[in-house]
Amino acid sequence: MSGLIGIALRSLRNRAFTATLTVCTVALSVALLVGVERLRLDTRDAFLRSVSGTDLIVGARSHPVQLLLYSVFRLGDPTNNLGWDNALRLRADPRVAWVIPIALGDAHQGFRVVGTEPDYFDRIRYAGDRALAFQSGRAFAGGTGDGLFEAVIGADVASKLGYALGQSIVVAHGTARVALQKHDDRPFTVVGILARSGTPSDQGVFVSLQAIEAIHLNWRGGTRVSKGGGVIDPAQLQPRTVSALFVGLKSRMATFAIQREVNEAREEPLTAILPGVALQQLWGLLGNVERALKLAAAAVVAAALMVLLTTTLASLNERRREMAILRSVGAGPRHVFALLVMEAGGLALAGAVLGLALLALALQLAAPWLQASYGLFVPARWPAIEELKLVAGVLLAGVVVGLLPAVLAWRRSVQDGMTVRT
Amino acid sequence: MSKAPVLEIRDLVFSWPGRAWHLRLADLSLAPGETLFLHGPSGTGKSTLLNLIAGTLAKPGGVLRVCGRDLASLSGAARDRLRADHLGIIFQQFNLLPFLSMRENVLLPCRFSRRRSQAAQQRFGSPLKAAETLLQRLGLGDAALRNAPVVELSVGQQQRVAVARALIGAPDLVLADEPTSALDTALRDEFLDLLFAECTAANSALLFVSHDLTLARRFARQSSLARLSQGAVA
Ligand SMILES: Nc1ncnc2c1ncn2[C@@H]1O[C@H](COP(=O)(O)OP(=O)(O)O)[C@@H](O)[C@H]1O
Ligand SMILES: [Mg+2]
Repeated sequence: MSGLIGIALRSLRNRAFTATLTVCTVALSVALLVGVERLRLDTRDAFLRSVSGTDLIVGARSHPVQLLLYSVFRLGDPTNNLGWDNALRLRADPRVAWVIPIALGDAHQGFRVVGTEPDYFDRIRYAGDRALAFQSGRAFAGGTGDGLFEAVIGADVASKLGYALGQSIVVAHGTARVALQKHDDRPFTVVGILARSGTPSDQGVFVSLQAIEAIHLNWRGGTRVSKGGGVIDPAQLQPRTVSALFVGLKSRMATFAIQREVNEAREEPLTAILPGVALQQLWGLLGNVERALKLAAAAVVAAALMVLLTTTLASLNERRREMAILRSVGAGPRHVFALLVMEAGGLALAGAVLGLALLALALQLAAPWLQASYGLFVPARWPAIEELKLVAGVLLAGVVVGLLPAVLAWRRSVQDGMTVRT
Repeated sequence: MSKAPVLEIRDLVFSWPGRAWHLRLADLSLAPGETLFLHGPSGTGKSTLLNLIAGTLAKPGGVLRVCGRDLASLSGAARDRLRADHLGIIFQQFNLLPFLSMRENVLLPCRFSRRRSQAAQQRFGSPLKAAETLLQRLGLGDAALRNAPVVELSVGQQQRVAVARALIGAPDLVLADEPTSALDTALRDEFLDLLFAECTAANSALLFVSHDLTLARRFARQSSLARLSQGAVA
């Protein structure tokens, strides 16, 4: 049988043009199928790694996914803020290690402004246990002193807007794309730029909670009532409400107890979520899109296999001579069968290998763009088990597709022997 | 042992499924190294007979022995093995796989039969040397020819490559199905000379079927399908 492989290869080479076209078709479909899977795996990875080290996120009563969306991904706006006293109460709790508040609601050039504390950069981790690093500069000072109007910007903000340290920026009121009202009386100075993390922090503009209070001092109900700029009384800068609290616990054991206590708090309707669980939930919601993509890719693979089937079937007639000669030198119908199955399998294999190579090349070329436009980090890597399973599936399907012409040729060679009837 | 006939047929009956036509053969036998010309007009079943002997079709009724083996008692795979080991086959035309070189075409039987491969090795040192020697003797030793794609060979050259392929590894019986009908008269005689010489060299018996009676005079023994079938028990 091993001699047949050589014959199959030579026979394919004889039909190099159609064979190449078939291989390319299969390759494109495999690249698409594995590409979709690759993006799915890598986005899920980046997604599920977007926040870690935080045991609970607390916000005003809302759906867990909504709370996750605005607190972690800064998508949408909180329906309600929660009182500052919650932060104080949690901080006083002996089971709690730390509490980092965030206040949302303003934006700069489409990037969300996050009011928080300097500790944010130490506490909020991603991808296991990686801290946010500074590409240049430092954290904002916080407090009510000289550094009140300092800002730290994410890597995307810096690169898209071309900002460097020392840049003066004005924050717009509200999160609408087109800002009608600007806090132009209180400009900020960029003192730090974060290194890229592939998390939503890349798109954040971070200032202190006190600064958020300061720029809203002379505002009432969403409009500015007087021009600010005078001396600010530090007592006025004490935050009264925040959008969410990131909570770290001393021991994971207390997570569920504290979650329950927060959820049942009588003073104020609150929601506490476990970020990991909520991330999984949200990813589950995205599952339909993912399945649709995968289905489309699978349909393309099926079409490619039909091409493989068609070309193999079409070649059968002109190859009756070939089969008759092989039979005359001692091949049995089973050899003829094996030859055709090997051919289909070989074409599928070549297509799969070429497809993986194509995909690697395409991702290599598209990686900077994916990173820049979608914050998707798609590293060059060997195919994952899930992807190899898909490729194995395609190979198997290729062999199965090869069975049909193989059975036809087998039957014919049983009937015709070594004479070709025309 | 060597006196036992390479081919023995008695009361053979065969018909294609769903067809009224019958092939009948009362008695036919071929000794080792013997040469027989079997005549029959087109459609009388010459090709069918060769297929039956080669064991590539369903089994016929009656007795059919090749190299002492009763084909009726053999499985399909065993008949394929028997054909690979003991038979050389030459068709009317298009004998060669277009995607293989001349040498690879000649070597094909050695790919399917260890026996043929070993026989070639014993006589010539290696199957490849056997192929080269055979091609040389058949006037195809030219270096220019050797690397040319086989489809560029003339019909006469292709038929000679087919002779080399049929005879590599010295099979016991060569079946030739009108191998000269695509050749013109001058080439025909030259081809037959070479075929006879090689069969003698390999001590292979030759069963040569053709509708062309003018070839018969070149053979020591001849018969016709019509005559052979008359003795058959109806
Ligand atoms: N594969 C086949 N299926 C059905 N009938 C066949 C097949 N091959 C040959 N026949 C029939 O068998 C008869 C003998 O054909 P064949 O052996 O080719 O004759 P010859 O070689 O003497 O010209 C013809 O009637 C032909 O139609
Ligand atoms: Mg015929």
